[in-house]
Amino acid sequence: MTDVDLAALIVSLLSSTIRISTPLALSSIGEVLTERAGIVNLGLEGQILMGAFVAAVASHYTGNPYLGVLAALLVGALMGLIHVLFALKFHASQIVIGVANNIFALGFTTVGLVAIWSNRGKSDAVTGLPIIKIPFLDTIPVLGPILNNHTIIVYLMLAITVLSWLVLFRTNIGLRLRSIGENPKAAATVGINIERLQIWAVCTGGALSGMAGSYLSLSDLNLFSRNMSAGRGFIALAATILGNWNPFGALGASMIFGFLDAMQIRLQASGFPSQFIQMIPYVLVIVLLAGVVRKVHAPAAAGKVYEKGT
Amino acid sequence: MSTAEQSPSSWQQKLQHWIKEFNWRSLTSGVGAFLLSLLIGSLFLSLNGYNPLVAFREIFTGAFGNKYALAETLLKTTPLIFTGLSVAVAFQAGLFNIGAEGQLLMGALATAMVGSFEIGMPAVVHVTLALVAAALVGGLWGGIAGFIKQRFGANEVIITIMMNYIAFLLTSYMVNYPWKAAGMVPQTNPVVASAALPTLIRGSQLTAGLFIAIFVVIFVTILFRSTVFGYEMKAVGFNSQASATGGIHTALMGALSMVLAGAVAGIGGGVEILGVHGRFIQGFSPGFGYDGVAVSVLVNSNPALVPISSVLFGILRAGGSYLERNTQIPGDFTTVIQGLVIFFVAAPRIFEAILKRRAK
Repeated sequence: MTDVDLAALIVSLLSSTIRISTPLALSSIGEVLTERAGIVNLGLEGQILMGAFVAAVASHYTGNPYLGVLAALLVGALMGLIHVLFALKFHASQIVIGVANNIFALGFTTVGLVAIWSNRGKSDAVTGLPIIKIPFLDTIPVLGPILNNHTIIVYLMLAITVLSWLVLFRTNIGLRLRSIGENPKAAATVGINIERLQIWAVCTGGALSGMAGSYLSLSDLNLFSRNMSAGRGFIALAATILGNWNPFGALGASMIFGFLDAMQIRLQASGFPSQFIQMIPYVLVIVLLAGVVRKVHAPAAAGKVYEKGT
Repeated sequence: MSTAEQSPSSWQQKLQHWIKEFNWRSLTSGVGAFLLSLLIGSLFLSLNGYNPLVAFREIFTGAFGNKYALAETLLKTTPLIFTGLSVAVAFQAGLFNIGAEGQLLMGALATAMVGSFEIGMPAVVHVTLALVAAALVGGLWGGIAGFIKQRFGANEVIITIMMNYIAFLLTSYMVNYPWKAAGMVPQTNPVVASAALPTLIRGSQLTAGLFIAIFVVIFVTILFRSTVFGYEMKAVGFNSQASATGGIHTALMGALSMVLAGAVAGIGGGVEILGVHGRFIQGFSPGFGYDGVAVSVLVNSNPALVPISSVLFGILRAGGSYLERNTQIPGDFTTVIQGLVIFFVAAPRIFEAILKRRAK
């Protein structure tokens, strides 16, 4: 293999890494915000799927993919709102509600797919987001072509990573949010409105998962297909843990998952058993959670609903 | 006089006692949840331009129309009994087993292997061996999660989800490479005749696997009702600290509940192989394990009641595919209903809130 071939291979590998990890990172950062606020959302998968679906539908009817992204943000936030209301007001198990969200979303989107496009497998092509070419980026060798020629969601994802880190760790609101996830009683004692912040965090998280979905249907393929999320919500959940509940960590973990996936697609083509490579992230999560290598620290009160006076 | 002859009065007393003690609120909220889901589901269907009454008629026909429809319903019910029971068993000890899917896959692969060898034994022995292998491997898979949970305090929900993916990839590797049958499809060699489960209704795929499911339900129910082992497991789930003070080895009991849960799901996978597919085919499970969570939640994780919710989901499954085949209405409508039911069952306080508002 010549040097030119190798460079081209690396560029294409890393470029697909970015494409694969973008929806994972968005959804995972959403879960970071959610869990930092003390709520566990296992319904990421359903939120991504619904986001992908409504994005395709909105683009189909309006011809405007940006309205599709907006619709995905809204539906993700709405699902987050349902999740957090069921958890806080009706004291439903957050795990069960997550499972319900996923099942509901699969049924809802498939019925909708058949109703709109009379096809159980996939929709017609819809208008996707345009590819953005940034001229000066191409002058940078290797890094330029990797970062160039993506849709706006990739660049938004990078901005959101930085922004959510700043909010979480450099603002007053972020400090309050984290205190709720660690010690809600103390947070309540100093007068923090726990429920309101939790609702905001979970809805924002849901919106990010919805956006992740819109990337699938409006950037990757420009159509919606049945069960399009294909387990990405659970991988995003793993990235949240691997990333130690930190937006940059979540992005890094998503990049690792994306890279391994990009690798296995190429290896599979050459007949190499890719399953063990794909297994690495899941084994890593278990090893990290068990604290064999390094103990990760989950928000102490994640998943437990705080009731006044307890 | 034997107790049986005394029974009229004591039997009536027992019934009265049972009626008095029965948690009616849980039943009404369960029925309420189901009706509310049907209502919202119908609304959703109407909005999409379909007639919900036609949908319900077709689902009913597809699930009960004739003996083949009934067989189809019970066929779809069988794996859900196993996975629902698996989730319920772990929940008795206070653990959330989202890993029934992976345990089922591992058990299924073990059964497919043991079943594919000609061992020159009668069917009873061969089937038993194949299912014992499923229980062992599934139990091991559940046990790993249980061990990690109890030894390192890691969250079992996440661990079991990760174990699902590892199981999927591991079985995928096995049926794509070392144990792959000749041909294009990633699958194992077929199981031999002596390892096949007998068919119950000719012309249908319903096999004696249904009886195995019921047997396992009875076994687990007795285990929890009448043995020290089961009592200790429930005690750990009810109050872990008090159980530890009372001398129960809580970590061991928690881990063992996951072994049992894994074994049950594993047998479920084995029964699917011996009864329905005749070999391990990659992707044969449409998510039985995740449905098991729903099945268990619907009956408040009471092992004895798991068959009831399994049948309910079996009806929706069988009716859904009939709906799909015979009308323009998408069969996944029943998936919407399933999701809604879990929502409302998970939140009994919804009904309390509604009742309270009406009382005002």
